[in-house]
Amino acid sequence: MKNKEPLILAVVVFFTLLTYYLVEPFAHSQMHKHVEGEGFTYSDLPELTKTGDATRGQELVMGAGACVGCHSIEAAGMPASMEPQMAAASYGVKPPDLSNAGVIYDEKFLTDLIKNPAHALKVEHKYTKDSGKMHPMVPFYGAGGDIDQEVADMVAYLKSIAVSQEELTPKMAFETACGRCHAMSYENWTQIGEKPRFKHEKDSLGFDIKVLEYQDSLKAYMGKLPPDLSMYIRSRGEHFLETFIENPQSHLKGTAMPRVGVSAESAEKVIEHMKDSGDTKRHEREAIGKNVMIYIVIFAIFAILWKKQVWRDLH
Amino acid sequence: MKNSSRRGFMGKAFGAVAGIGAIGSLVAMKKSWDPLPSVKAAGFTTLDMSIYNENELITEKWRGKPIFVLKLTSDMLSKIKDKKNDMDRLIKIGDSYFMVTLGLCTHLGCIPGYNSADQTFLCACHGGMYDVTGDVTKAPPPRGLDIPPFKIDGNKLVLGESGPEFTAMKENGVTL
Amino acid sequence: MAHFEKATSIHDWFNQRLAVDAVNRVMMTEYWIPKNINFLWAMGMVLVITFALLLVSGIFLLMYYQPNVDTAFYSVNYTIMREVDFGWLWRHVHGVAASVVFLIIYIHMFTGIYYGSYKKGREMIWISGMLLFVAFSAEAFSGYMLPWGQMSYWAGMVITNLFAGGSLHADGLVEWIRGDYVPAQAFLTRFFMLHVLLIPIAIMGLIGLHFATLRIPHVNNQDGEELDFDAEAKKYLDGDKAGSKVMRFANDFMSKDMMVVGIYLIFFFYLVFYHYGFAMDAVNFDPADGLKTPAHIYPEWYFLWSYEILRPFSTDIGLMAFAFAQVIFVLLPFLDRSPNTVAANRRGLFAVWFWAMLANMIVLTAMGKLPPEGIFSTIGLVSALTFIGLWIALPFITTMEKKV
Repeated sequence: MKNKEPLILAVVVFFTLLTYYLVEPFAHSQMHKHVEGEGFTYSDLPELTKTGDATRGQELVMGAGACVGCHSIEAAGMPASMEPQMAAASYGVKPPDLSNAGVIYDEKFLTDLIKNPAHALKVEHKYTKDSGKMHPMVPFYGAGGDIDQEVADMVAYLKSIAVSQEELTPKMAFETACGRCHAMSYENWTQIGEKPRFKHEKDSLGFDIKVLEYQDSLKAYMGKLPPDLSMYIRSRGEHFLETFIENPQSHLKGTAMPRVGVSAESAEKVIEHMKDSGDTKRHEREAIGKNVMIYIVIFAIFAILWKKQVWRDLH
Repeated sequence: MKNSSRRGFMGKAFGAVAGIGAIGSLVAMKKSWDPLPSVKAAGFTTLDMSIYNENELITEKWRGKPIFVLKLTSDMLSKIKDKKNDMDRLIKIGDSYFMVTLGLCTHLGCIPGYNSADQTFLCACHGGMYDVTGDVTKAPPPRGLDIPPFKIDGNKLVLGESGPEFTAMKENGVTL
Repeated sequence: MAHFEKATSIHDWFNQRLAVDAVNRVMMTEYWIPKNINFLWAMGMVLVITFALLLVSGIFLLMYYQPNVDTAFYSVNYTIMREVDFGWLWRHVHGVAASVVFLIIYIHMFTGIYYGSYKKGREMIWISGMLLFVAFSAEAFSGYMLPWGQMSYWAGMVITNLFAGGSLHADGLVEWIRGDYVPAQAFLTRFFMLHVLLIPIAIMGLIGLHFATLRIPHVNNQDGEELDFDAEAKKYLDGDKAGSKVMRFANDFMSKDMMVVGIYLIFFFYLVFYHYGFAMDAVNFDPADGLKTPAHIYPEWYFLWSYEILRPFSTDIGLMAFAFAQVIFVLLPFLDRSPNTVAANRRGLFAVWFWAMLANMIVLTAMGKLPPEGIFSTIGLVSALTFIGLWIALPFITTMEKKV
């Protein structure tokens, strides 16, 4: 009698793979339209035309630019003047500290942002004439000279005080670019910073109240509370997050989330941090996976050899 | 023609390979049973030794257990200053001497009560008694109150870390 | 008191008290299996191994899981996945095994349908097997509630709403099942009880029953041939192992079982470590939110064919079609009126019926995942009607079947 097992196996594998294909790749492609990223090239923003001078930039940032009126710059010895929840009460969010803005954000983005924040951030749809609202960051209208040169100088200054790309950790990138709006509870991150360990319950509750006050201001500013990102790497996936961070409007048209303007490297680091939060054991999984696969192949080989031995005199 | 010895061999070989997998699984299972990192990290308590008053027993907490902290008065010290066994049980921070022990009777684990007038500890469960250095003065407890691992950090005491003073106490048999 | 001799060995000591030799003969070395079978006959053992994987991984998850609406999600996605040593491994094994077990169940079921292993004397094997399918379905559903993600909550909401019975408006019944107006703490804890205690006990009992129903009819073979097991066994024991039509369960059949299991485990562990997204849907990594329904809700893949029979019709018709679909498979031994216990390819129209049923189930599965719009909803409706039509046609097709 002919051995029909290869044919039977082929039939079973065929129907299994067909079902898998229809239920997973095909169905998901129908439910979620594919959005192609552009590699953080910011092609909608104008090309850079000037070379900036950091020394002139410093004068502007500290002076005519009026940046330090709202922004702290820890790296330049200018800490925040208010507690975060107090700042949020005025601006909706805490204005970002500018110490590492030069390394985290794309240069074209920063250049456009300083002159026209709502445009660079892609939130102009929130600030129409009828809305009666203005973006909390006032645009820079120039300090009397060539405005493009002045902006280039300020960006050059920010780049000069920032840490290097090598020193920028995934955690730093996330906390700076995302952490003012998004909590990440699995990494003990709240919008006002990492929650310290308190000996007394009263102090712990006091901190929690500050977080809640901040979140109230944030909710009023954004329309709803930006979600906790602890598990987003698994609930949204890497491709979605990459294209979403690059341009939130491409996935959620009309969303209040700004295009934060991170560079390609910073985006990679932000996603790495999201993996640290929601897929922490991935390295161990891969290492152990390799060893288990080697073992199980050996197991199967020994099982096959045993079967062949036992069946030698059965045929 | 005789396969039976080789067939027995292949079966045993397969069994051995399966056994290796079983042992690997058991190792993973044992590790899943281990205390969690957050539990082990919470195993340290820092005490600020400047806040305690003399002859006032304060009960702190370390690893879920009560910790007795008693600052000795100069009167108490004068009585025991020549007794090496007693002095060895104390922790010196600055100019002050402290008794810092687990607040659990070494007999069967009840919490003894402190009488500040008599300057003695009495365990209500079976009548065991201790002095102000935690040394046992009346049966049935088999030994003095146990001293937790500690490290002196300026004015602070970190429970859970073994500093040189604690290591010395262990080596001298002052505590387990 | 029975008579006992001084034991000659440890083996003899146990033998006098527990009859280990007799048990070994009856259950293992003289439990006779036909030789004329293929690897599909090993699916039962594959299911036992997969169930064992679910039990063991479940034990370690159970050590850390918290059945409380505020901490369940955290206990799974933080404590187990990040903190517990190898916690991620137990979770991945458990999730992948829960999905793959249904693939094997369906292969096992369709093997039985193809070779007529439900006919003439084997009805109870089929029925106990279908009861196991129901038990595993309940176990899978109750287990899916536990992480308390968005899919857990909304699947719980939708499936318990079915019990309102459409126009019957049995809302009281729905609230009674939930223990609350919506899926909340009471709902979570009772499904935890079902998943961890009651249904596993039922499954283990049903497995025992399923094995018991096999003993008298014996395992089927590829040609449906009725064997004289005593005669063939005698041939084997007299030395003619090659000529006999039967073999021992242990070690003959078991060694082939283990070979299939070994190859299966390569596939299984590959999924556990490298390709597990299909078993742990992304939507369930959002914590449950009773005020926000996800854009796309769908059951796990093994329920999709059933879900698609419910969907295309108006509420009451849909519920009736759904109830029909759950029960109809159990009735297979009685709906198949033909006298032939042979492989489907020798049964004329029944072969057409078999492949049509299989294809139909796959189409229903695919449509069940897709949004019920446009061409998909049309195909879904046609497939659901085809399903019902195929079952109505079965008694007629098989009555006309010529005896082989």
